[in-house]
Order: sequence, then structure tokens, then C-alpha cells
Amino acid sequence: MPYPPYMEESIRKLEASRQRRMKEEIPLISSDERDIIVRKYHPDYRETGKRKLLLGPNKDETMPEELANQLEGNSRVDPDKVDLSKIGYDVDVLIIGSGGAGLSAALLAQENGAKVLIATKLRLGDSNTIGAEGGTQAADRPNDSPVLHYLDTMGGGHFENVPELVWAMARDAPMAIKWLEDLGVNWDKETDGSMRELELAGECRRRVHSCKDYTGLEVMRVLRDEVRCRDNIDYIEFEPAIELIMDDEGQVAGAILVNLETNELSLVRAKAVIVATGGLGRLHTQGFPTTNHYGATADGLAMAYRVGCSLIYGDSIQYHPTGAVYPLQFVGILITENVRALGGQIINIDGEQVACNLEPRDILASFEIRECTERHKGITTPAGNVGVWEDIPLIDMIHGEGTIARRLPSLVHKFSRFNIDLIHEPVLVYPTLHYQNGGVRMDANSATEVPGLWVPGEVGGGVHGRNRLGGNATLDIYVFGRRAGREATRYAKEVKLGKLTLNHVRQWQKELEWLGIVKERPFSPMLLPNYARQPSDYLADLYTEKLQSGLVKLA
Amino acid sequence: MAEVAEKEKVQMLDIYVMGKRYKVPEGLTIQTALEYCGYHIIRGCGCRAGFCGACGTIYNFTYDPTIRYALGCQKEIEQNMVITQIPFFPATEALYNVEDLEPKEGENKLVELYPDILTCFGCNNCTKTCPQDLEVMEFMSAAIRGDIKRVAELSFDCLICGLCAARCPQGLQPYNVALAARRIYGHYMAPKSQHNLNRVKEIEEGKFNVELEELKKASEAELRKRYAAREIEPAK
Repeated sequence: MPYPPYMEESIRKLEASRQRRMKEEIPLISSDERDIIVRKYHPDYRETGKRKLLLGPNKDETMPEELANQLEGNSRVDPDKVDLSKIGYDVDVLIIGSGGAGLSAALLAQENGAKVLIATKLRLGDSNTIGAEGGTQAADRPNDSPVLHYLDTMGGGHFENVPELVWAMARDAPMAIKWLEDLGVNWDKETDGSMRELELAGECRRRVHSCKDYTGLEVMRVLRDEVRCRDNIDYIEFEPAIELIMDDEGQVAGAILVNLETNELSLVRAKAVIVATGGLGRLHTQGFPTTNHYGATADGLAMAYRVGCSLIYGDSIQYHPTGAVYPLQFVGILITENVRALGGQIINIDGEQVACNLEPRDILASFEIRECTERHKGITTPAGNVGVWEDIPLIDMIHGEGTIARRLPSLVHKFSRFNIDLIHEPVLVYPTLHYQNGGVRMDANSATEVPGLWVPGEVGGGVHGRNRLGGNATLDIYVFGRRAGREATRYAKEVKLGKLTLNHVRQWQKELEWLGIVKERPFSPMLLPNYARQPSDYLADLYTEKLQSGLVKLA
Repeated sequence: MAEVAEKEKVQMLDIYVMGKRYKVPEGLTIQTALEYCGYHIIRGCGCRAGFCGACGTIYNFTYDPTIRYALGCQKEIEQNMVITQIPFFPATEALYNVEDLEPKEGENKLVELYPDILTCFGCNNCTKTCPQDLEVMEFMSAAIRGDIKRVAELSFDCLICGLCAARCPQGLQPYNVALAARRIYGHYMAPKSQHNLNRVKEIEEGKFNVELEELKKASEAELRKRYAAREIEPAK
């Protein structure tokens, strides 16, 4: 039996109300009501776990504490011990990170004539993109248009998005879909070739292109293969950047890489640098579990901040409303939003709907938090985690038997490993740290305020305002990755590099010393989270065979 | 953050990491058990959610020599499990331009790219290995027959963990063969999406430029008005 008996009892109530709920329509709340519920319940508006930055371009702005520590961290290199004349790699365009944004940029840079090097922390392609299940927005159906896509994106972001970025994304979207298809991506289609598109929360048209629920994986398989097949793109795995190198003209001119296994440093001189390191889920802001991959530790934010780039909406984090809560092994992992798009409702302990299942992410997350805290209508697992039900079996009742198995194979397969049959049973969900809405400030080609540096994808900010819609993250990475690759190459053909320097690092450390916080701040970038239990704890436990709280973190 | 320790009585299990014994609490995955043992993983860890194939793991039991396969982030530990991760396995991928791979009658592009696949003798180790439960040998047979569509369908859930290649006695790389097949299918054989091509053309011709420029300049009040007035298409 998958769920303990007391949880099964709540499932019986959910099943009893299903016939009624199939016809029950809960209206979407208005944009004014949205502002109210978000302010009251969304984790971004909590006062705890935050502090003001003491230095750098965003000085005096409030950020989540974990991010603030990374931004204000100590450099991992001692500039006096690095010989900048010993260049290991000399290239036109250096790309740091190899997710969807990095690899899109690499391909476009190569096509435009650049010699490209990709440096990546884990394996080529390991990234949040690979776990993107839902899909990619593009207004390409006849009753849709980039104009509607623009409006949806703005509304979802509480109208705080940067207009020129939304314009670029909505406009380029159909081209990005075609580009990927030409590379050999298998989009879900009807037999006549028309795309099978879904409507995710906050969208007024069916616009999300998917590849079953393996959308990001399918794209990454193809992009990675294409990168390997092309001349003039080299890549180094398990070798992240730990600091950007500048020249005496104030331009970004390369990076220092570290071999994670031998700790050897290598220097890259590059005419243009594209930082595509993604987000920060593994910082676990506000103590949340995360859907993010192992390497999502805000490296690019820390490095870009140190060379003088400012952040926009750095304090805005997306907590995805449907992170798994049970079983324990799956805490925090993503239940794709396609479940809601297909009709999956969010249900409390008594079998009642919590809110309209098509509310945007921050709104539904806020409703769930209200339901589980103030209203005490959540379901508590044996491990003490709280969540609400997502009624997946309803999908087969709406769309016909077999729909769940066909449209959500990875989800069904995963839970079956723990004897939970999602075709017949609901899944328990709660908000989980999913995405960094903001990031490094950039223009419509992903160029930052510092010459020589581009930031496509999740590391860049502004396009999503303070809340991203489903299907706009994978779109963002292809659109801005392609733009960055093209523009960085154009720039690389013209730029004259001066003398390489790490004076910005010296200056940074001086400021930390002057503020008296050198010892209080960690080294950054973090590179990898450390979930390893410490040896001293291990010995203690070995004798008592009893666990202490807080030692083992999951997912 | 969920804490294992919140369970009142935790059963401790013996596991063997590369032959060395550790006591770990039940309920952990292979990955979190390694971390419990004190390993700070560098290779062999990616999405931590069963998508990326970074954590391919081989295991058996002290009392049962049969070799088994799993993703470290997905498999729960069991008593007397002996585990080792295979985070990397050498495989030489064919290099090609998908534009040169148009399938033609009487030609088998997959055999041209990977001639070795003809040496498959059907031992079925690949299928037994796959942590995604794919019919690997069956899609390899389809590849040998040149049935690209079948390869694409049967291999769609492949995570490219590489365990099949690690266990193939002939040194074949089923995951790379399948990747080439899917790219050929997506590029040449899947029906074209006319509405997407039409929209791309419209955008290139500048059809939406005027309206998008207007929106870019519109005030927040104006945007809110237009947003509220959108007609919402019923979800399908």
C-alpha cells in the first residue's frame, strides 16, 4: 500500500468529491486580488531570512541571506599568486555553463565564425534545462500571436518585466521552436504535423510545446550532440569558472577555471565571455527544498557582481506550487505543471479545491501556504512534512483512459518505483524552490552593463518580472542564448583586449576587509552544495546508532 | 527541509560502498546514502530527480552475486547492498551533420554511422541493464533493420546514462545510436508543422512589429486593461 492508512482516508474524501469537482469551476482571481494574497503568504514577502547587501552595485538592497552571502563572498583566488601570462586557452568566445542557454550560445557563436570554448562544472549538458518537463512557449497557432504572449508574460510578472526583453522573447519564440526542430528535436505533434500545445497557468492560449514530459531532456540530448559534432567548439567538463578576468580597459577578458578533481587552475583568455550558469536553487533560500540540479549555486551571479554588474529582482524567487512531498525520497522534486494544464486540481484534506488549478505559480503557491498554515487543511506525512493533494487521476476522467500514461510517462515511472500508482492515486504537493525570477541586468541581446560579458538564461534577469510563467524559462534560454552567441561573436571580431588584470578582485577583497566581514563571509562561488555528513557526526552516530536532526538533507 | 531523523525509530542498514561497509538509515536513496556516509559527490550526481543519467550505479548483494542497475538518485538502499557508481564510460560518438542524413530507400544511415551494430548477437544485456526499463535490444534490432521510426519511439525515454554501453560485450553504444535515430526522425520524418512555419514567416515579414512596439511603450494602466480584456481559450 503506497500511502499510510490515515492519508488514504483523506484520499477517500478526495475521490468522493471528484464527480462534483469535475463540474465545479472556481474563477481566476483578479490582478488586484493577486497582489493581496502574494503579499500575505508568498515566501518572498517574509521578513526573516533576508538582509541588506553591504557592498557592490546593489548595496543597501535586501536579498535572501544565502544569496547575499554568495554575492559578498571571498574570492577563491589570490591575485598575487596567479600568473596571468600563463594562458591555457586563447579563444574568441568563452561560455561558462552548458545548459540550454550556454549550448544555444555556443552553436550560434560557432556559426558566426567564433572559436568557442565551453567550461562546465559537471558533465556537458548537466543543468536545470535537462529537468524541464513542461515545455516551451511560442505563439505559433493561428488564433495566437506574439502580442498575446507579450501580455500574458507581463501579467504573470505583475507588470514589472523589462519591456524590451519580453518583446525579444515573444518575437523570437516561433523561430526558436523551428531552429530546434531543424536540429532534430521531436516536438509532440498531431498526425497532420500541427503542434500539440498546452495552456499553462496564466496563459490565454494553448502555446506550450512539449516532448512528452521529457521536454528539456530531449532538447539537451540534441544540443549536446550537435555541440560535439561541430568543429571549433571545445568543451571542458568538471572545470567551473571561479573568477572572471578583466583587462586594463575595464572589459571582461576571460576566466579562471578550476579542475574539480585535481584543484589545478587554468586561465582562459577570451575576447567575449558568456556566463550561462543558471540559477540558485541549491542555496535553499528560506529553507525550501528545490527542484534544481546539483550545480545550481548562483556561481554566475557572484562572479558577475564582482566585476560590477548589478542585479534586477535578485530578491524574487519562484516557489513552484507542485513540488513533491511524499515519499521522502522525492521531497522537493518537480511535478510538472502539465498536470494542472490537463485538469489536475489542488485539493485539501477534506476533498475541497484550494484554488483554481490554472492560477499562476506564485498565486497558487500562496494559496497552498495559506491552506496548510493558517487554515490547517493540509495533510501531514509521517516525516512531518505538510502538503495538499494534486488530483492526477482526474485527468483520465476528463481526457479518457490512458492519457496519464501517455502524456506523463516519466512521472508515472518515477512514482511506480515507490509503489505509488499515479494513474489511480493523487500526489501530495507543496511549494518548492524552482527558479530565480531576477538575475543580472541585461539588454535584449543579453549584454550586461560591463563590456565583454553576456548573461543569457536564468542567470540574467528582467524578462520574467517578479514571477515567471510556465514554458517561458526554456524559451528564455534558447532565445537569449542564441542572441548572446551572435552578439558576443560580433563583438569579439572588433574588440581589442588590453593587459589582463585581477585588480577588481584585489579591490573587492580590500572592501571586504574595510567592512570587517572577510572572516564572516564564505568563499564564493559555492560550486557544489555539501550534503555530506561530517566525519565527526558520523563517529558520534556510529556509537549511538541514533540520528540527529539536521544531518541528512534530501533532494 | 525534510529530516530523516524525524522518524522515531530508524532501522539501520548495512551497505557496502565499493566494498567498504557503512551503516545507514533505511529510506535513503543510494545517492543520499553516499552523502550520509560522508562522500561529497563530484561525479555521479546531476539533477537528483531521475532525468539526467549522471548517477548510473551497479549493485548486487553480499548474498546474491547477480549484477543489478539503477540510478543512484532513484533507488532506495536495501540491506547488504554492494554499490559502485559508473559516472563515466568511454564511448566514441559518430560525428555527423544531420543535414547529411536524409533517409533513402535501400540505405541504412544508422549502420553507416555505427557499422558495429551489425555485430550485435542478441544477448539482451542492454535491456536488462536499462534503469528506464527500455527495450534496448529491440530498438537495436530496429536500427539494424533501418526502422528509424521504431528506434525513435522505443528509445524516447533514454537518459543517456551509458550503462547499456558499459555492459555490451560487443562494445556498442545503444544510447548514441538511438540519439542519431531520433534526430533523423525529428528532422526528416516527423510531419512538418505548417502553422509554425507560417508564423515564422509572418514575424520575419514584420507583421507584429507595430503592435509590439506599441505594447513596449504602453503604460502599466493600459497594459492592465488589455490584460484583463484578453479572451481566454478553453484549455483542451
